[in-house]
Amino acid sequence: MAVSLMFKLVVLGLIGAALWGQGRPATAEEIRRLDLTVFSDGRGLPAGKGTAARGAAVYKEKCAVCHNDKGQGREGQWPTLVGGIGSLATRKPVKTVGSYWPYATTVFDYISRSMPFDHPRSLVADDVYAVTAFVLYLNGLVEQGRELNEKTLPQVKMPNRNGFVPDRRPVVKAER
Amino acid sequence: MTFGAGVLTTVSCKQPLGKSESGAHMRAYGERSPFEGPVRVIRELTASPGTGSSRTPHAEMYGTITPSALHFERHHSGVPSIDPAAHQLLIHGLVDKPLVFTMTEIKRFPSFSRTYFLECGGNSIGEQSGNTQPDVQRSHGLLSCTEWTGVSLKEVLRGVGVKAEAKWMIAEGADAGRMARSIPMEKVLDDALLVYGQNGEALRPEQGYPLRLLLPGWEGNANVKWVHRLQFADAPAFSAKETAYYTDLGKDGKAQIFTFVMEGRSVITRPSGLQKIVPGFQEITGLAWTGKGRITRVEVSTDGGASWGDAVLQNPVLPLAVARFRFPWTWDGKEAVIQSRCTDETGFLQPTHDELIDARGSNSGYHYNAIKPWRVSADGSVTHV
Repeated sequence: MAVSLMFKLVVLGLIGAALWGQGRPATAEEIRRLDLTVFSDGRGLPAGKGTAARGAAVYKEKCAVCHNDKGQGREGQWPTLVGGIGSLATRKPVKTVGSYWPYATTVFDYISRSMPFDHPRSLVADDVYAVTAFVLYLNGLVEQGRELNEKTLPQVKMPNRNGFVPDRRPVVKAER
Repeated sequence: MTFGAGVLTTVSCKQPLGKSESGAHMRAYGERSPFEGPVRVIRELTASPGTGSSRTPHAEMYGTITPSALHFERHHSGVPSIDPAAHQLLIHGLVDKPLVFTMTEIKRFPSFSRTYFLECGGNSIGEQSGNTQPDVQRSHGLLSCTEWTGVSLKEVLRGVGVKAEAKWMIAEGADAGRMARSIPMEKVLDDALLVYGQNGEALRPEQGYPLRLLLPGWEGNANVKWVHRLQFADAPAFSAKETAYYTDLGKDGKAQIFTFVMEGRSVITRPSGLQKIVPGFQEITGLAWTGKGRITRVEVSTDGGASWGDAVLQNPVLPLAVARFRFPWTWDGKEAVIQSRCTDETGFLQPTHDELIDARGSNSGYHYNAIKPWRVSADGSVTHV
């Protein structure tokens, strides 16, 4: 919606005058500290590495209490991380990291910003790579010894990579 | 200045001893009458506090504005406690000049107030899959409507200088999970707001205190609460909440992504599920809203959809806000099915449940907006259909 005419007039009247709320320049250090975004092409990934073999130990200590020992989750409480590949077009689709998430980078991004749930951002980058590798391994998407790092993680092929389409609504054309 | 009322005050202070009939003391911050009971229904999804949803009790609400204390909630990592003096907004990425703003600086921009609805993309998620809820609070309660006050995001961005290559803005909250969503530039430069006011006072913590991104007409989750970082980029982040969640899985196994707009819908809030009515005059009332502008028409049927009549829309009907409709009805004491359907200014007509399922299948879950029928039994009790 357009901002009201009155507001536009006020803005026009003040062009050339000092800007409101100048803010202060952000330092490179604070941007680095706050910027958690990992893009699907790997931009934003920190230096580091990990394998599923090592991730199993981190997972057992930090993740299994909610997501169960093999990523099954806990009914009604904590999401299932594995399975469901091939189920999306059926009557009972199972949406998991393996079956639904289009990018492995999103797994890294989510674990590094939001997990473990009660102590988010407490894992170092190597642990996030390792746990990401372990969750992908549980889904049969990487080998146990495959090293994931800022170069190899974006190359992991997710089964549902091409499963998303733009908003095509209104899909319902109601007529009376 | 002195007024004559001062004399009266002096007189009234000389109360006789014994039980006073002069009423209760005043309260510095008001509360509703102890005789009033509507509350949100809370569903916590994890063992961690504050993570889940709470729903507005629409059956007991009047008018169009949702009281701040009854605004719906959906939190993914609890409600953070943020000191506004310590809160900062970082704007960076594809910009000429990355800047940090304090709340004081944000509030120095020209402010304005707008009334907008906010609806969770997952409102009524059970209705589609057949898990119908017993009352309108549980079925439609992830909708509220508020007078928001804040600043135009594009005005804040003037000093930053967003580069032409920027196609998306990634907004991140300061909640524990640093929830993030990618917003197309078109919306950023259209009507996006940074809000700090809710119904005349500061945002409630549950609505993003001290600062929230407000995207009129778009699904609640994209209206990032506790916003502390805006990053401009040439691509979306494909964050967990815009891929794993809030995407609409279709019959063919393909999911629509970035389905932001909440399409037109309406619902009768009285009489509605779990209520009981008596024969005679009965006002049917409810809410209609659309993320595509103004509601232009609401029709009501009291005969299971065989015939429809125009409801009266309460003026003014504001764009991207809920519209209150009313329809006078005399109930003859026989079983009846009542329902409403809306039309918005784009000509969109609210679909029936069957039309929606036919088009989308049963598994898309999010953005459900079909007609909601209620059954009135011969004894006056109202149940979901």
